[in-house]
Order: sequence, then C-alpha cells, then structure tokens
Amino acid sequence: METPPPVLFLLGASHHTAALAVREKLALDETRAATLATRLQAIPDLREFTLLNTCNRVEVYGVAPAASVEQLTSTLGEVTGCTHAELAGVLQTRVGHHAVEHLFAVAAGLDSQLVGEAEILGQVKAAYDGALARHLTGPVLNRVFQKAFQAAKHIRTHTAIGTGQVSVATVAVDLAGRIFGDLATTKVLVVGAGEIGLKTAQAFQSRGAGSITVASRTLSNAEAAATQAGGWAASLAELPELLATADIVTCATAAPGHLLGAAAVAAAMKQRPARPLFLIDLALPRDIDPAAAAVANVFLYNLDDLAVIAEGNLARREAEAAKGRAIVAERTAALWPQVAQTLSRGI
Amino acid sequence: MSSLLTDRALLWLGALLYLAGFLTGLVALTRRQAPTGLRTILNTFLVGGWGFQMAGLYVRGLAVGGCPLSNTFEIVQFVAWSAMVLYFFVGTAFRVSLLGLFAAGYAAALAILSLLIAPWDAVHGQKIFGHNPWIELHAALAVFSYGVFGLLALTSLMHLLQNWSLRHKRLNGLFWFLPSIVQLDQINFRLLTLGVLLLSISLGVGAVWWLRDSTVVDLPKLIVTIGVGLVYLVVWFLRWRTKLVAVRFAWVCVVLFFLALLSLGPVNSNRTHHVTLTPEG
Repeated sequence: METPPPVLFLLGASHHTAALAVREKLALDETRAATLATRLQAIPDLREFTLLNTCNRVEVYGVAPAASVEQLTSTLGEVTGCTHAELAGVLQTRVGHHAVEHLFAVAAGLDSQLVGEAEILGQVKAAYDGALARHLTGPVLNRVFQKAFQAAKHIRTHTAIGTGQVSVATVAVDLAGRIFGDLATTKVLVVGAGEIGLKTAQAFQSRGAGSITVASRTLSNAEAAATQAGGWAASLAELPELLATADIVTCATAAPGHLLGAAAVAAAMKQRPARPLFLIDLALPRDIDPAAAAVANVFLYNLDDLAVIAEGNLARREAEAAKGRAIVAERTAALWPQVAQTLSRGI
Repeated sequence: MSSLLTDRALLWLGALLYLAGFLTGLVALTRRQAPTGLRTILNTFLVGGWGFQMAGLYVRGLAVGGCPLSNTFEIVQFVAWSAMVLYFFVGTAFRVSLLGLFAAGYAAALAILSLLIAPWDAVHGQKIFGHNPWIELHAALAVFSYGVFGLLALTSLMHLLQNWSLRHKRLNGLFWFLPSIVQLDQINFRLLTLGVLLLSISLGVGAVWWLRDSTVVDLPKLIVTIGVGLVYLVVWFLRWRTKLVAVRFAWVCVVLFFLALLSLGPVNSNRTHHVTLTPEG
C-alpha cells in the first residue's frame, strides 16, 4: 500500500482560541515540553516537527501524512491532562500554505496579544534552534522557519508595528529618553515600594539608568524593593533632599493626599534650574500635585497620560499590522510552490 | 561660463535644492517612520545645494572683484552658507536628529527670501576685501558668527518644539524624531559660546581699527554692532550662571537672532553706495 503524501501542518492553541483557564492547563513547563517532544518523536509518520511553547501559545509545526495529525491531538491531551472535549474547542489545525502564513505572522508579532511585540521572534528562534539541535527538523521546516525569520525582520524594518511602547512602565522610560537622551547619567527616585513602583524601577534599570533609589514610608520595604531593582533605599523623610538631586521621580504610593506639592517641586528646581525634572505619578489618588507641571523645566505625567500614549501606540501598531499581513501573504505565495514541490517528492 | 549660469541662477539652484531636501525630509517624517537612507537623501540635497550656493557666491565674487559681502543679499546668502558649513560639522559630530531637516528649511528660507527681495541686491557697498587683512578677518568672523547664531536659533526652536510636545503630550509625527531636551540644551550652550567667541574676536579686531580712525564706522553701525555683541555676551553669562535656562533661554536665542538679522540693515548701510556689476569675461 502506497504511503499517503506528507503535509505541512500546524496544530495548537493560542490566546485567540483558548481562554486563560485552558491556556493555564496547556502551558508546558520544561519537563512537560521535553516529555511532549519525546512522545512526538516516537510517532513514526511525523517526519519533522518543532514545538513552540510560550505563555500565550502551544503550537506544533510538523510534516506528516494528514491522517497522522489527529494522533497528535491525543498525545497533546495525554501530556497536558486536557480532555478531548477541552482540546476540541481550542485546538486549531492549519495545513499547507495556511500553516506557513500562520508561522510568518507569529514570528513577526502580528498574531501576538500585544501586536508588534518583539519577544516572540526570539521565542520562535529558540524553538527552532532547539528542534534543529535535536535533529527534529528537515528540509521543509528548515526552509519555512528560515524564511519566517527573514519575513519577520523585513516586516519589523519596513512597517511601524514595533514602534512606540505599549505598557505604562516602558512608555515612562521612553519619555525619559526624550527628556534626557542617554539614561546612563540619570538618577531615578522611586517613591513607593509596591509592585507598580518596583516594575517601573526595573524598567529604568533595564534601560541603563545611572542610579535608582527607592523611598518608602517603611524603610524595610524600601530596602527589599531596592535590592530587587538594584538600587538604594531611603525613607520618605529624605524626600526634599532626594528631590533636589533626582532627574526622574516615580510616585506609586497608596497615600490619600499629595506627597509632592508644587511648592516642594519649585524649591527643588531652584537648586538645579538647568536640569529637567521628570515626574511620573502612577498613584491613584495622585501623589503629585498637578500644579507642579507649571514649574519651569518640570515634566509631569500621570497614569492616564501614560495609558493614553500606550493605547495610541497600540492602535498605531494594529493599523500597521495590515501592511505586515500583506507582506506575509506575498511571501507565503512566493515560498509555497517550492515547499509544495519538496513535499510532493515525499521529501 | 554659460550665460544661463549666472550668479543668481546658481544661487536659485542652491536654494531650490535646500527646499527639496527640506520637503523630502518633512514628508517622510510626518509619516512617522523615516525611510531607510533618509539621512543620505537629505544630505545629498544639502551638499548639492551648498555646492551651487558656493558656486553662485564665487561667480558673484568675480563680478564684484572681492568677497561677496557687499550688500544685504550677499550677507544673507553668506549667513545661510556658513550655517550649512556648521551643520556639516555639528550634525556629524553630535548626530543631532532632525538638525539636517531644520538646517535645510532655514537655509532655503534665507536663500529664497534674499533672492525674492530685489532691493536687497540693488545696491552694493564698497569692497572690504583686498585692502586690509584685519578688516577682512573682522567681517568674515562677524558674518560667520551670525551663521553660528542662526544654527543656535534652529536648535533653540527644536528645543521649544520638544518642550511643547512633552508638555502637551503631543508626541507623534515630527516630534517623535526630535533630540532630547538635555542634548539640545548642551548643544545650545556650546553654539552660544562659539558664536560669542567669534563675534567678540571680530569686534575686538574691528575696535583696533576704529580706534585708529573713528570716521570709518558711522554711529548706527557702531551702536548696533556693539549692542548685538553685548546682548549675546549677557545671555551667555546668564546661561553660564544658570539664571537663564530651558525654555526662556531657547526663546531668547530665537528672538535675538531675528533681531540680529534685522540689525544687518543699519550695519550694512554704513558702506552702501551704488556700484554697477561688471562680470569678468
């Protein structure tokens, strides 16, 4: 009996198809990912495969006869513990050029929850490199993945899907760059040792801020947050002195009233008139008196301001995604005949 | 040289290339994403414009038999030309984003304006070059310092735009590509220092010759020239002592340059008399 010809397929679930509760069940830690890979390797008709496992998607790209793809569903269910009914509602299968098109879109960040995010490209590369190292790929997947990386790079270069930050913390860091340029010489003061303050401090740290000081009403909390952010701890009593030397001040406390009044900001600016001061108020109710924005050389942004910028950037990215999808369609159409020819030769 | 390529024709070509560079950059940047190679395209227009402008000034120089600084038209052209020379140095050294675009707009505006206002080129003053090298140095440094102050006005304008965009949370389009506030502030102070230094040397050299013969300079020129130099010196001192900073400093630099441009009238009137151009041939 003649072996049916292999097809290129994608089988998996993502945030588009599965609710968070199902994605939690589907999520593969290192051990389960290795188990799944071993189980898939044992399927004789599965000639090539790569497993893409991120927080928002679990996808298997492979080459096998169409009839064998069904078998993968039960393997996935066995490894993840999901029932067949659960998987039936969330798993999507794409075959042929649709699978290529999907991979191109995923690699370029067009299919991501935050359209245009760059992290996914690294994750796709890591997944492919892992499969390549274990000799799980072959002529079809090697070609398709290499072309996916090229397409992703082209889309990121020739469209604006990656421009503009889309989270509050990174928008704040971006704005700081527009005021100070290089952040290596800036002093960042984070007022409040909560989660938001810590995330902002870490965002500044990752962009190379010169120094970070965390000030909190409770010194032990400040010390704990400062350790995580790679900075120094201070108490709120030192705020007037810290304000005079800081370049960027992020406030995220639960204080009921204003921690920083316009008069205090004006007094601090008198000591450093030529150096701008960037105030970021992430607290609700607000920590910084809005009147402080009127002080010369002071730039004040609150939570709403940053959210509006982030939403605007995201909307622009989504508008740019249409251009990206057109490139994906064009490149898929160019690649698919060659891949189909390889498949028709039975590899 | 072909009769079509007169000095004014060459200067028009230069001005139009500056304008083409400015418009190309503006259209590309308003689409938010600058195309690959925009800097190269813009710099090609600027170098081309600068080359034609220099050729035009050279032809004019042959016609007047000296350095073409004999009327308002020529001085304004020279100010635009020297600002472009400075951009080639400052832009390369500091890699100031958008400075090329602003320099192109500024040079195009000055060059086209001077070409359109016919009275600026109707009369010619006496030659200041070819007689005394110190007076030549005085004039060349003075005009070059105006080029520096022109560039300072541009970077100050960029500072004002960046400040406005950050304060009003209008961060898209052209504003996206503006340099940071701190970078612009540092460049502004350096340009002001350079301009004040050049103008001071120029005035110092001029003062030596004025003391020898006070009739060579009339009173309006004397007052205006010393006034411009003194005001720039005061502004430099206030910035150095951080008494005049940020937006107010930027506004002062922009306004002061326009006043300095207006001062060219009284300064140039000192030596204006009718001269008929006779191109060499």
